[in-house]
Amino acid sequence: MASPVMITREIDARGSYCPGPLMELIRGLKSALEGEVIAVISSDPGSKTDIPLWVQKSGNELIEIESLDGGAARFIVRKHVRK
Amino acid sequence: MFGHTAQDKQQQLAPLPAPAEATPPATANRLAIVLFSGTIDKLMSASIMATGAAAMGMDVEIFLTNWGALAFRRGDYTSNTRVSADYADYRGTLLEQMAAKKVTSWMENLEGAKEIGNVHITACSHTMTLFDLQLSDLEPIVDEVIGVAAFIEGARDSAMTLYI
Amino acid sequence: MATTYQVDKTVDAKGQVCPMPIVTLAKAFRDLSAGQILAITATDPGAKKDVAAWAEKTGNSLLEMVEANGVLTFYLKKV
Repeated sequence: MASPVMITREIDARGSYCPGPLMELIRGLKSALEGEVIAVISSDPGSKTDIPLWVQKSGNELIEIESLDGGAARFIVRKHVRK
Repeated sequence: MFGHTAQDKQQQLAPLPAPAEATPPATANRLAIVLFSGTIDKLMSASIMATGAAAMGMDVEIFLTNWGALAFRRGDYTSNTRVSADYADYRGTLLEQMAAKKVTSWMENLEGAKEIGNVHITACSHTMTLFDLQLSDLEPIVDEVIGVAAFIEGARDSAMTLYI
Repeated sequence: MATTYQVDKTVDAKGQVCPMPIVTLAKAFRDLSAGQILAITATDPGAKKDVAAWAEKTGNSLLEMVEANGVLTFYLKKV
């Protein structure tokens, strides 16, 4: 079980349609500093495939996905951690 | 300022999905179809392309969006006789000839394609949300609901991409 | 005049409309062992080229195609 992560900024994108939540994550990471953590809350089912895929391709780190009430999920992403 | 509190931890933690499970790895030997239409003339065309590709050993990726997704609602195909509006005058003939020549339906074609080849059918999350649909509201032949990025990624290296 | 083949399996795809003939062919081939010969009849004009293309793509052998009275008969050998 991961120790609590400090989220630098959280964006609530509930109600936003694909690809909205992904765009919010991309914008959020763009203005973040290396190592900072951005969380996006999404109610869009497409985020479950799109966000992990994008994070992997872009070389960022998907820390975790939390299931929330009402079918939403919180995607927690750290910017550009080189392994 | 934003940290996890003990309260947050009580939420159920979902396991990280391997991105590879979202769509099969992109290969050049693939036909990708964006199926936007829900009229039977276009559904038939898409299903024949998919079946031909599957028979020829290509991977097939079908992304159902807009009317294409609605056409896959459970049971809808049994009563869908919509034809493209521009060719409304051919509708009668088309339906007659399909029955007279015992042409396999577009759904049967897709079932056959899945049986003989590697066919993956996904539904567009945007459309599903707009029309308040879940995967369980669709025919079981649809494998999963995905977002646009996942489709693009799966289709980008395809030998052929069709927009129907 | 067709050569006489030792046909192991016969499949009737007459009346089937594209794409069914090659779906029927692909399904029938799955049950064959290497070296076995299948005969398939079809009336769909598209089948002429489709069957040849399928055979070439899958690496199986199209031995012969016979056309008589609008019926096409294909003899294929599983490689």
